[in-house]
Amino acid sequence: MDRVKVAVIGPGNIGSDLMYKILRSRYLKMELMAGIIESEGIKRARALGIRTTTEGIKPVLEDESIKIVFDATGAKHHLQHAPLLKAAGKIAIDLTPAAVGPYVVPPVNLKDLYMESNLNMVTCGGQATVPIVYAINKAAGAHYAEIVASIASKSAGPGTRQNIDEFTQTTAKALCAIGGAKKGKAIIILNPAEPPIIMTNTIYVEVENPDEKAIKEAVLKMVKEVQSYVPGYRLRVPPIVDGHKVTTIIEVEGAGDFLPKYAGNLDIITAAAVAVAEKLAARMLGKEAVV
Amino acid sequence: MNLKNGNKFIHIVDTTLRDGSHAVSHQFTREQIEAIAAGLDAAGIEYIEVSHGDGLGGSSYNYGWAALSDEEMLKAASGVIKKAKLTVLLLPGIGTQEDLKLAIDCGAKAVRVATHVTEADIGEQHIGLAKKMGLEAFGFLMMAHMVPPEKVVEQALLFESYGADYIYIADSAGAMLPEDVKARIGAVVEKVRVPVGFHAHNNLTLATANCLAALEAGATFLDGACRGLGAGAGNAQTEALVGVLQKAGYETGIDFYKIMDVAEDIVEPIMHRPQVVRNASLMQGYAGVYSSFLLHTYRAAEKFGLDARDILAELGRRKMVGGQEDMIIDVAYQLAKKKGGK
Repeated sequence: MDRVKVAVIGPGNIGSDLMYKILRSRYLKMELMAGIIESEGIKRARALGIRTTTEGIKPVLEDESIKIVFDATGAKHHLQHAPLLKAAGKIAIDLTPAAVGPYVVPPVNLKDLYMESNLNMVTCGGQATVPIVYAINKAAGAHYAEIVASIASKSAGPGTRQNIDEFTQTTAKALCAIGGAKKGKAIIILNPAEPPIIMTNTIYVEVENPDEKAIKEAVLKMVKEVQSYVPGYRLRVPPIVDGHKVTTIIEVEGAGDFLPKYAGNLDIITAAAVAVAEKLAARMLGKEAVV
Repeated sequence: MNLKNGNKFIHIVDTTLRDGSHAVSHQFTREQIEAIAAGLDAAGIEYIEVSHGDGLGGSSYNYGWAALSDEEMLKAASGVIKKAKLTVLLLPGIGTQEDLKLAIDCGAKAVRVATHVTEADIGEQHIGLAKKMGLEAFGFLMMAHMVPPEKVVEQALLFESYGADYIYIADSAGAMLPEDVKARIGAVVEKVRVPVGFHAHNNLTLATANCLAALEAGATFLDGACRGLGAGAGNAQTEALVGVLQKAGYETGIDFYKIMDVAEDIVEPIMHRPQVVRNASLMQGYAGVYSSFLLHTYRAAEKFGLDARDILAELGRRKMVGGQEDMIIDVAYQLAKKKGGK
């Protein structure tokens, strides 16, 4: 076995982007794309020579060779899928807001979660901002973290739009639970400008010790770590320290695998999900992942 | 008296205690809220809007910390209001349904769910919750100058389909000329079944004129703030609007003398600066920049040694929308870097 076989459930935009990223992986093999209808995504996968099914999760569960399953459906569906995947002995990487398993933000807490059977990818805003909050908290202690994620209107699908509170609440929770801030707040703005804006995240942190040098070093180091799996993750405005308030602005340009480059918000969550799977796969294969 | 409008009734929403919050950097005190709300109520204002300038949950680094919590502000107002409907603002993406539930517990009777003019669908849940809880719900489309009338109509119809009782067109950047207002209000009035309102900003000194244009095009709701207290160059001045509407033959149910007294005796003494059209707010109207950016831009201009007008022009060029106060720092940082030749 030189690569670990994986399946993607949900051949929509996110599922298709995952597929392209998996096809590039040296540790993962794109074994099965599962949907429920003969959709564009299913056709796209088939055209690339990938096995497909329109019978939903059943063929995924029946294939013992599949070890890791990406769920890119919806929260309601993942709640049904989660126990089935667990019973079938497969690791679930959940890109829905269901949050059955713990939140994972790769450079922050993946190392603590290798034994988990279900991992939740938080939100795009969480993937973009939690690493920075974590770095600042380690360097200076975070009393409070607040983030503003601005994304192109075109990159926000109906799921995000109809549940916008879920985005702000889940992201705020992750700023505390994973980022280490004592209190958190998240704001999301949709901007319809043409050409579409790339995802921009402003991160405000109220720190205990405003040690500018330590904060800047920690943030720069973390940006590099995230860049190892999201090449378009960039520091727009390095930490500005103003009293106890630290302001940092990050932009995220997508890799343009399937989704357009401006949709860095979608890219960062699929890239993080694949990074998680690669680390897990490398361990299964007895190797250390170089992602 | 001008009888051409046949004493047609126009509903007034006073937003001194919401849009005005921007002009005092969200520092209204309990005593001020009580005095203003009681005065507005006694003058016969139908809807009194009370919230952080950026709506429920707006108190933050990004928009400015408020002196009081949402709960404290709303309880102060609901404690003194006898007839008027206590109204709150909610921007989905900033405030949540949880914030709205808290506001209802504190006495809110109406909510304005505000989205950028192209993004009404992020407000569907909030309108739904408001209707389920028995509130009057307004679908409030911000920055309406940025898109043509057909697009405004499309989004107004979405809000109506979610159950909104009223549709508002907001000139959040104070960038519209009377003909722009007429085109948008007229198109929406023609297509929706519910009443339509207009929210003006005075950045181009056109707030009152634009209100009249909105009425001519069929609007039946207007926003005002005492002394115009609001973001940018402020809003249409409630007391002036009441006088103008009377002269134009409309009925508002508001006592002209009493509302003038609220403006001069209660609001004026607590203002941080006269509500006039200074260069930066004029630039906002000219470049089409969200009015609430004004004071944040002054602060960034000072911090980075820049002209506020340059920052505003760049924000307009980048087509920033309501809520993107953080991009003021981004623009100022990039402009300062360029200026420094780095």
